[in-house]
Amino acid sequence: MFKGRDIISIRDFSRKEIDYLLRVAKKVEETPEDRLKVLQGKIMGSLFFEPSTRTRLSFEVAMKKLGGEVVGFSEPALTSIKKGETLADTIRVVENYVDVIVLRHPLEGSARMAADYASIPIINAGSGAEEHPTQAFLDLYTIYKEKGRIDGLNIGILGDLRYGRTVHSLTYALSLYNDITLYLISPEQLKMRREVLENIRDKLKFKEMLNVEKALPELDVLYVTRIQKERFPDLSEYERVKGTYRITLSTLKKAKKDLILMHPLPRVDEVDVEVDKTSHAVYFKQVKYGLITRMALLGLVLGVF
Amino acid sequence: MKAYRKLRVEKIREGTVIDHITGGTALAVLRILNITGHEGFIVSVIMNVPSKKLGKKDIVKIEGREISPKEVAEIALVAPKATINIIRDFNVVKKEKVKLPDIVKDIIKCTNPSCITNSPEPVKPVFHVKSKDPILLRCYYCGTILDKNAIIKQF
Ligand SMILES: [Zn+2]
Repeated sequence: MFKGRDIISIRDFSRKEIDYLLRVAKKVEETPEDRLKVLQGKIMGSLFFEPSTRTRLSFEVAMKKLGGEVVGFSEPALTSIKKGETLADTIRVVENYVDVIVLRHPLEGSARMAADYASIPIINAGSGAEEHPTQAFLDLYTIYKEKGRIDGLNIGILGDLRYGRTVHSLTYALSLYNDITLYLISPEQLKMRREVLENIRDKLKFKEMLNVEKALPELDVLYVTRIQKERFPDLSEYERVKGTYRITLSTLKKAKKDLILMHPLPRVDEVDVEVDKTSHAVYFKQVKYGLITRMALLGLVLGVF
Repeated sequence: MKAYRKLRVEKIREGTVIDHITGGTALAVLRILNITGHEGFIVSVIMNVPSKKLGKKDIVKIEGREISPKEVAEIALVAPKATINIIRDFNVVKKEKVKLPDIVKDIIKCTNPSCITNSPEPVKPVFHVKSKDPILLRCYYCGTILDKNAIIKQF
């Protein structure tokens, strides 16, 4: 189902395929490390045309934990790109050396084009402002692991729903599941775009709201995203809004005991550090789940899982 | 009134009549066909005629010029209900409805400046037709959606 496949967008995957990936990830997580060296002799090309240390580390460690090797670059400054080589050429050179390419590139659609040129699998680690699919996979895996299921949950998404691509990918992925109610919580000017809502309208129930208090007692999952200052022409408006969407211990008083609080990281101050030590906080576990999801994905596209 | 009617229904001997063009888009159709008026042949443009099917429609009649399949596909992008009538010796010898293909390749550009298709990479713009009426195209590479206005602007 995954062998040899490009991983470009979450929209290329069916529920059945995503569920399969989540089950493989769970198996990976339960397997002792010394029995996971299934990619010995395989090489991953890690081509980062713009810096993204977190994502790169996660992929490279995932490959190494599976016994594979990593080559590549994290800044294009020293490569032939500066001399004007096209991405299409770089891909056709590098694919002779490696078994799979993880690509991050500033242009949107770059991963799709790379996949058209390459005969080996391309994994999109971010192309321009597009969200990369492994973020959505790890978000789903986090919910699946922490709640035991995805169907039937009440899921709140809070913050910048208009520009946040992570949120759009996650919303799309959740629309593949059954009986989910989405609570879309954001200031007026950062509400979810109409076209995203049109796409999910028949697939899941959603409620839009301006503040989190009313929804909180219902929620099983609360996914918090950052509200960026640049989105507000009026700085005082930003300051006002920021406080309203900040999660603190007192916000969480009305929450279900087993509510999980997620965040794609990095966080600035939208979740108070006091919250970190509560059982709600799973955002640092998400990092581990990201590593496991990427291990599962690498093993799958290279045909060993 | 009589002269007006006569002008409007004037038949052409050889050429093409494009009928049922979405009201107000005849000029975009002429741009698609690269017709500026300097070519010398007779071109009649009738705009915003009441139409049962379309509300308002435009009609373009071109004397002495037939149009290519590529042009037919392009016309479908701006006027999805248009019909093309090929005229020989005052008779309609062929009548076809324009048909929007499922994939539109290398005709229009993506409006997203950060799209890979607007870079020097060796890649042609490709769109998937997401909806035919109203027309919505989705860039295969970056996912940007182009609506009718974004499409018409390009011709
Ligand atoms: Zn595009």
